[in-house]
Amino acid sequence: MLKEILTPQTANVFVGRLGDLLEKAVDKPLGYAINWGRIWSLWPVHIETACCSVEFGAASGPRYDVERFGIIEAFGSLRQCDLVVVQGTITRKMAPRLRLVYDQMPEPKYVVAMGACAITGGLYFDSYNVLPGIDGVLPVDVYVPGCPPRPETLIQGCMLLQEKIKRMKARKHV
Amino acid sequence: MEKEGVPAQSGGGEKGQEAKKAEAPLPEVDSSLRSRIESLFGERATVEFARPGRMQVNVAGKDIVEVARFARDELGFDHAESVTGIDRPADGQIEVVYHLGSYTRPDLAGHVLAVSTRAPREEDPSPGADSTRLPSLRGVFYSVEFHEREAFEMLGVYFEGHPDNRRLLLPEDWADMPPMRKDFAIKGR
Amino acid sequence: MEGKTTVPALAELPPGLELQRVDERIMTLNVGPQHPGSGHMRIIVQIDGDRIVACDPDPGYVHRGEEKMAEYRNYVQNIPHLERPVIHDSCNILYPYCLATEEILGIEVPERAQYVRVIAAELNRCVYTLYWLAIYGIFLGHSTMFMWPTGDRELLIDLLEKMTGARVTHAYLVPGGVRNDVPANFEDVCLRQVDYFEKRIREYAGIFYDNPILISRTRDAGALSRHDAVALGTTGSVLRASGVDYDVRKKEPYDCYDSLDFETSVMREGDAYARSRVPWLDMMQSCRIIRDALSKMPKSGSVRVKLKPNPKGPEMVSYKRVESGRGALGCYVVSDGKPEPYRVKMSVGSFRNLIALPYLLRGEKLGNMPAVYWSLNYWPVEADR
Repeated sequence: MLKEILTPQTANVFVGRLGDLLEKAVDKPLGYAINWGRIWSLWPVHIETACCSVEFGAASGPRYDVERFGIIEAFGSLRQCDLVVVQGTITRKMAPRLRLVYDQMPEPKYVVAMGACAITGGLYFDSYNVLPGIDGVLPVDVYVPGCPPRPETLIQGCMLLQEKIKRMKARKHV
Repeated sequence: MEKEGVPAQSGGGEKGQEAKKAEAPLPEVDSSLRSRIESLFGERATVEFARPGRMQVNVAGKDIVEVARFARDELGFDHAESVTGIDRPADGQIEVVYHLGSYTRPDLAGHVLAVSTRAPREEDPSPGADSTRLPSLRGVFYSVEFHEREAFEMLGVYFEGHPDNRRLLLPEDWADMPPMRKDFAIKGR
Repeated sequence: MEGKTTVPALAELPPGLELQRVDERIMTLNVGPQHPGSGHMRIIVQIDGDRIVACDPDPGYVHRGEEKMAEYRNYVQNIPHLERPVIHDSCNILYPYCLATEEILGIEVPERAQYVRVIAAELNRCVYTLYWLAIYGIFLGHSTMFMWPTGDRELLIDLLEKMTGARVTHAYLVPGGVRNDVPANFEDVCLRQVDYFEKRIREYAGIFYDNPILISRTRDAGALSRHDAVALGTTGSVLRASGVDYDVRKKEPYDCYDSLDFETSVMREGDAYARSRVPWLDMMQSCRIIRDALSKMPKSGSVRVKLKPNPKGPEMVSYKRVESGRGALGCYVVSDGKPEPYRVKMSVGSFRNLIALPYLLRGEKLGNMPAVYWSLNYWPVEADR
């Protein structure tokens, strides 16, 4: 009986199905564990693009202290970072540099658009040198509105990003 | 209707303001500055206005280096605060205003001398290659270096004798006309 | 070998695109625009070993065309976007614009409004200087100096929030006065905060300015002589650290500064240490000004002259200067009789101090670059406008 089912032709299919089954069984807890690790160690790139960086600085100061939520002020290499907080206006001169910074970061990486300028161009909607939002440059995960957003808003945006990461697939190829 | 109304209003206001300004006598320092400039340069330097602490002198492009050197060496204005380019399409000219200040002379500390000059304006500008040129004041006031670079990219005024006439603020691939010209229209306006 | 050159000769290239030949010994290094300090500024340095031989600052990463936008908006609509270049010093950057606009529109500011403006401007100067100091701490790897000023800054921001309703973008100064009056118990709260604040900043001397590590890093780094500071046209703390006694608040008092009691803080050394200490001395004077202004302020009265809708002035120009956190800040407004200004030019302290950077870095060690760069009291967003 078993021999009839397990012909060389079907064996491959069977092993493949078994692998899928196992992977599905393991992937959910494993992915949860990986994502859990990711959400508490978000390292933002230190790229300050415009005036919202003042409020970003205030958010990492002692009163608001984003480190409580696992967003670590990293002053290190781009290769260790996994979060870009686009702090305000992106001009035409800055846009290729921003993309360059994003491309240098390892996967997985997340983008938070902070401030009205990063979302739509904001106050500078009719300026000749400002991009109308960064959607054309980077894939944005969370939009944080405000001009500039208060530090509480930025923290809420980061927490929303953490919620989003929790539901994301941990591994791309699955 | 509207076009007729606006200049009449503003013209009336201008006369009123000027009459009020003319009544107030100028302090000693201002009037001596004015008389020294007028006596030396005569026709070549006309005083546009003189208010307490503020004076504007209009000179032709070829005289600006001489006037600036006189302001630095004789009058005591030792640095340039800003260089402003103003597009005047109605006159077919581009105005460049140098604001000069003084740190070393205590009596001139609250004074700003504006030296204004004009360059011809091209309808179809190609910055650096057309007739919109002025002599640079970099040799007189070191501090105008970046200001003149900004005026070059924003209005297309090429400063002859400037060692480093390059882009400063605009993106490297900017291919449009200089943005501070009046005929450069921004989005949706 | 000679035939291999593909770079065209310098004269063939249009201006703005000239390439530069460098020696093989000399390495060109791009610092920024992403670097672990304050971003949005690139400095192209050429180094020979560890020594900087040439430096070419490359600003413009936040050039947003404020001056062009100002030509399309009327005098009041210009307020919110003209304060954006330095949002943590917004009262000071709006000050010269308001003064110039008042001259054009022919408005006299009520006395109480002048005092409220001065208090707001001085509080804002402290807020700015604390942020600058915090970033200077990061530049020098001094984390405590980031935490302390950012923490103390929040107290003053709270105070300004009570006055104006916003954390950083106040838009508080308007042509003709201030937008709204101060809250009811403002004077007591302000005095209490300023007393506490002065006590706190005295403690900075112990942890930062008397710290031997800081002194060894900044002493004699990027020294600027008195003569060169004047010739380069530097301003603000850079100028005063080189021994030039020049403060627009003293030399050309605007609003009610001539009735207030304060001194200009001057140091003689001209190095990065003196440049980092002068803003701190300025904060002490700011506390003194705020106390004096609170005691001399009229207890009641109007704080704003009501403007007509779409106000317009005669055909004239106005150039006004104030002392901001980064030095003299001039605003040149040209009016042609229309409700919109014909031209608005901000002559900002950061842009004026930028000229000193290539001059100071020449011959300096690469490791001194952060200490020298940030000691110029430079805020890139303001310089780019």
